[in-house]
Amino acid sequence: MRSIGWLRVPLFLTYAFLYIPIAVVVVMSFNASKLPFNWTGFSLKWYEKLFQDDVIREGFINTMIVAVGATVFATILGTLLAIGLARYTRSAVLQAYALTPAIVPDLALAIGLLVMFSFVGMTVGLHSVLLAHVVFGLAFVAAVVTARIGQVDPSLEEASQDLGATAWSTFFRITVPTLLPAIVAGALLVFTLSLDEFVIAFFTDGPSTPTLPIVIYSMVRFGVTPEINALAAILLLVSFTVVIAAQRMTRTTDVT
Amino acid sequence: MPSSQLTSASGSGGNKRRTRTSRAIFLGPGLLYISLFMAIPLGFILSYAFLEKAPYGGVRLSFSLDSFTRALEPVYVSVLGNTLLIASITTVLALIIGYPVAYAIAKLPPKWRTVAVILVVLPFWSNFLIRTYAWILLLNSEGILNRGLLSIGVIDQPLALLYTREAVILGLLYAYLPLMILPLYASMERLDWSLLEAARNLGAGRARAFIDVTLPLTLPAAMIGAIFVFVPSVGNFIVPELLGGGKTVMVGNLVRDQFLKARDWPFGSVLALMMVGFLVLLFAVQGYVSRRINVGDSRA
Repeated sequence: MRSIGWLRVPLFLTYAFLYIPIAVVVVMSFNASKLPFNWTGFSLKWYEKLFQDDVIREGFINTMIVAVGATVFATILGTLLAIGLARYTRSAVLQAYALTPAIVPDLALAIGLLVMFSFVGMTVGLHSVLLAHVVFGLAFVAAVVTARIGQVDPSLEEASQDLGATAWSTFFRITVPTLLPAIVAGALLVFTLSLDEFVIAFFTDGPSTPTLPIVIYSMVRFGVTPEINALAAILLLVSFTVVIAAQRMTRTTDVT
Repeated sequence: MPSSQLTSASGSGGNKRRTRTSRAIFLGPGLLYISLFMAIPLGFILSYAFLEKAPYGGVRLSFSLDSFTRALEPVYVSVLGNTLLIASITTVLALIIGYPVAYAIAKLPPKWRTVAVILVVLPFWSNFLIRTYAWILLLNSEGILNRGLLSIGVIDQPLALLYTREAVILGLLYAYLPLMILPLYASMERLDWSLLEAARNLGAGRARAFIDVTLPLTLPAAMIGAIFVFVPSVGNFIVPELLGGGKTVMVGNLVRDQFLKARDWPFGSVLALMMVGFLVLLFAVQGYVSRRINVGDSRA
């Protein structure tokens, strides 16, 4: 077949489109000038200011509490669910139902939760954000782990049980270790999703415990500041690192 | 694939009971959680849509269709029309850009494909507010784009790029383009290219082979991509606010305002229900089309 080299033009233009805005933010975070659009020289002072900002520090701590908590619960629930879907049911409806939280519009989920929490009279705060993040998180973990189970030979588990191992020890000595890379990848994805999630947190959080995205939202609404650039650069670095790590985990799952 | 455990476990009564217990342990917690924190909340929206609003937020427990008729008032119909137009333009642009990009990635040597796909998806996993904010830096009248154009003399006055409808479309396209490329690439990677060769060998031209073979086989994925771009575009309220400057009001902004400012929860619920409705409806259409294409496949 003839080379389709010309097709790489839209590919590279798309990469430029996707990465130039991000690159601009990162470059401007090192700008010495207080004016957001004038480059006057290299400086790290906005990073320094960032680490002294109490509102941002609190937002960061709140976000970490939610992200770590949501990751732990979503990983446990999502992994169990994925194994259950692969081994104990053939229902396509249940499979679809388990993935729905990942595709349902976030705004609809957010106000649904807000309405429910207020109906039962629950006070909102970090705990309600955490509960909300677990629901879409577990769907992502279930999706990643399900993809891995498809490649695992169930005869390993059967052999273990035939040789007299209890269901319990088969689960912890055979099932979990073979699925571990996918479980870790799923956990990493939930962590970044929760770290960056704004819409659901915006509606289900209490006023005294803003998460970092909520802090960013209120900053961005008032315009461009060099501090946001620095914060943005750090968050981009974190997300990119975590997602690439997750990708590497799922690639090592290509064992026979 | 999932059957082997079921068949091997169906031997004795004890095994059967054990299987049932395992099924409950594995499936129970996750499905229960999804029901509690997704299905029931969506059920709340559905029921609130049919209730009367209470003066300070919340609802009165009496049946009413007021919120539905209110959604038909000209003000809201125009917001809805505007939203659908913006989301549709975004989706079409994403398809026009995403299709050749996905095709190009699928035609790369295998060892480059993974890297190429990760590069497309990576921005999608980063903070949405920050990706939107980046465009303020670029589009502002003092921003990079205007400065660049001024300095090379293409324009002599800064262009009003920010706070326009075009800026909103650009922001949405930037946010959701990866969601178009991903399913398209997945389907093209699995595509049986020998079908294309067969068409060519049987005398079809390059364009004809593409239209008759490649296009129908990738149509279901294109529709999935379109849903993944269209539905979140309809519900987005951050991009219209930050890049549209409040001049472009979309359904997402209306929903947020009903819950945080106007305190008309039933009306907000009707609008949110509409978004879920779009999702369900579009997936139904997608399912129908992809089934028809598969049937055509097996007949051929």
